[in-house]
Amino acid sequence: MVENVIEMKKAHRLLARMDYELGKVQKGYTNRTLYINLCDNTIKSKPVTQQMKDIFIGGRGFGLWYLWNAVTSETKWNDPENEIIISTGPIGGITQYPGAGKSLVVSLSPITGTVIDSNVGGYFGPLLKFSGWDALEIQGKAEKDVIIYIDGNNGYVTIEEAPEEAVDSHLAAEQFTAMYADSEEDKRNVAVVSAGRGAENTLIGLLNFSFFDLKRGVPRLKQAGRGGIGTVFRDKKIKALVVKYTGVKGDTNGPADKEKIINAGLRLHREIHDLDKVQNRMREVGTAHLTEIMNDYDLLPVMNFQYGSHPDAIKLSSDVFKKYFTQGLPDGCWYGCSMACAKAVDNFELKTGPYKGQKVCVDAAEYETIAGLGANCGIFDPEYVIEANFYCDTYGIDSISTGTLMAFVMECYERGIINKEITGGLELKFGNKEAAMELIHQMGNGYGFGRIAGQGVRRMKKIFVEEYGADPGLVNDIGMEVKGLECSQYVSKESLAQQGGYALANKGPQHDEAWLIFMDMVNKQIPTFEDKAQALYYFPMFRTWFGLNGLCKLPWNDIEPADNGLTDEPAKVPEHVRNYVDIFNGVTGKNITKEELILQSERVYNFQRIFNLKMGYGTRKYDIPPYRFMGPVTKEEYESRAERYDKQLKELGYDIEGKTVEEKIKMLREYREDQYQKLCDAVYRRKGWTPDGVPTLETVKKLGIDFPDVVELISKYQ
Amino acid sequence: MKIVKTKPELCNGCGACMTACSKVLYRVEDPKKSAIRIKEKAEKSGSYEIFVCNHCGECIPVCNTEAMYQAKNGAVRVDDKKCVGCYICVGFCPNNAMFTHPDINEPIKCIACGACTRVCPTGAIYMDEK
Repeated sequence: MVENVIEMKKAHRLLARMDYELGKVQKGYTNRTLYINLCDNTIKSKPVTQQMKDIFIGGRGFGLWYLWNAVTSETKWNDPENEIIISTGPIGGITQYPGAGKSLVVSLSPITGTVIDSNVGGYFGPLLKFSGWDALEIQGKAEKDVIIYIDGNNGYVTIEEAPEEAVDSHLAAEQFTAMYADSEEDKRNVAVVSAGRGAENTLIGLLNFSFFDLKRGVPRLKQAGRGGIGTVFRDKKIKALVVKYTGVKGDTNGPADKEKIINAGLRLHREIHDLDKVQNRMREVGTAHLTEIMNDYDLLPVMNFQYGSHPDAIKLSSDVFKKYFTQGLPDGCWYGCSMACAKAVDNFELKTGPYKGQKVCVDAAEYETIAGLGANCGIFDPEYVIEANFYCDTYGIDSISTGTLMAFVMECYERGIINKEITGGLELKFGNKEAAMELIHQMGNGYGFGRIAGQGVRRMKKIFVEEYGADPGLVNDIGMEVKGLECSQYVSKESLAQQGGYALANKGPQHDEAWLIFMDMVNKQIPTFEDKAQALYYFPMFRTWFGLNGLCKLPWNDIEPADNGLTDEPAKVPEHVRNYVDIFNGVTGKNITKEELILQSERVYNFQRIFNLKMGYGTRKYDIPPYRFMGPVTKEEYESRAERYDKQLKELGYDIEGKTVEEKIKMLREYREDQYQKLCDAVYRRKGWTPDGVPTLETVKKLGIDFPDVVELISKYQ
Repeated sequence: MKIVKTKPELCNGCGACMTACSKVLYRVEDPKKSAIRIKEKAEKSGSYEIFVCNHCGECIPVCNTEAMYQAKNGAVRVDDKKCVGCYICVGFCPNNAMFTHPDINEPIKCIACGACTRVCPTGAIYMDEK
């Protein structure tokens, strides 16, 4: 490996270099952004203004602001003007509180056509900041494959042509880590961002962010998965971003009041130590514990979200994966994360594809991947899930979108919408893991039916209708995407609030804005439209805040204080909200309250909504999901929950005596679609938006985001 | 190896141990920078609890940076060069015997030097085989 990388490095050709004064992080900020344009190889430093910090805070907020200024409403994802912005946020990089090393990535998405944000672990964001940069803003396109290298100790940045290193991430991360580390011990100080060949060949490319795992002796990969940012990355001909910074300590983030942070961190470390083993077992199995819970509550997507459970789901349960995960290692994706959910399978021998026969360390498997690639495709084989997870990651394709699009393809195949001729011989029936694996390789390598599948559900719907004569009503009802983004892996049919949680989300149906199914469906805590609207106001705002600050959502409510159930609002986990207020104030020296925390998010959230509007979306019609998000599309779906649906119709006063299933589906649909519209009305009112879902002038003024171009844009919609 | 052992019932709360410890570790006389802590029991005035590391080593595997290690003499030590000050070890210590101070990036931890036992006037702490 070492000799190899020496040769590879010799083949680099320097295109540009900038030397810079090393910065110092003060109260969570370095007050500078590193701007790079790959068209003309510009490298320059830009100031981070007080206004940016006051209004956009950092992370996703900074990304949205830079991108807003970089693109017009006409800009497409593959135009050179499009940017990739990476920023962690003021809290990002503290070592004392679990889940505080996230990077937020923002770009125009190839699959949605509008702005996308993705939250990812690994060391890049914090090491970038400690190297002197609050954000990295990359514009332009290179002619040949390049890397950007940031040396945060010696103070220089280079753009280099890099022809020889691998594109696939498990190799790229290993090669660049070895290339830039001075020694084995030094590898932990190098972080790599890379994509993979699949990011070139699909529209659902992802970015892998590495962190060096000292115990396993390999770089591990965490994914900025959603929305195809990896595809933008490869379109810009970026092979890798590499940062090196040696010297992370407990005060490198320059906190104003470190004691506040330490105290909050110790409270949480102790909770995790005492309670994780009896709550979610994140330290043992990560998010894999969710599979059996979702199956038990009929929420696990099975066979393209038709059903919510399956007798074979037990084969994908956490106890099964536990046997594959290496146990007892500190699996945090940034220093200080005692939740340690980043599980891995070591020495996994691959059975297929270009790396067949090799033994690899797989960052696998998280709930979304297990549910999406497994249950949703009717495949209940853990080794298939691990292998598919490996290839999705190293090819650089999003495993959530892959799961959902594969499930859609399989249902279309089973219903005769597509056939073997169209799939090039692949028998894509539910449960056919060989065909599914082959399709992943086709997507990764850009051939066969993989070239169609890799374009995502929305484009496939169009192709199936226009080229293969599919019934547009049916494919639109069963293709699980909103705004062009494939749905993440929860069945929302029986929870109106979660239908809103998915379909109203700014970037598309990802559950990072709101996950309200238990509050709504199981615990029945939000019965009225106003209750649901309040939940769909509070939780998206609260959860947006993690992305402004470089934080992970999981330590908020995947561990709860022992007495959380006795608080006024257990769903908010009030003690942890207090921790977040404390660590924000501890870092920045400000004195915000929990209400101001929400206000910080509200500014950015509304700005992102308006950004969608700028790109030609962002109104009510883009918030309406396919019917399968809301209820049963097909006879089989209705029948699988006939008792529930019959009961609901009777309670609503429908006369169902002697009615056929088709008639009952129609009645239920009429009711549920109307309910969803009423939900939108209530949520828009609560958020201060017009009935068409556009923030009002009053709202943007109140929030202080009434910039002239914002006012001009939304004025047309008032 | 010999570690600090305790007989809390003999402790008079004078705090000499804490002063001695901080002097050895950080060259200051500051109980808040000591790796041994004396705490008066809330329910019983004049009675004390003593918190000090027993070098059980449970902190070693929880460390992300391999900064916790067992030294040749058996003592569990912190390698300051590797430590990033996350304090998971402090939060996960089964005996609450590791400490923090905002001026010090690393956890404050007993090195089994015995300095505290040498200044204890009552014999409440003493060195003995682990």
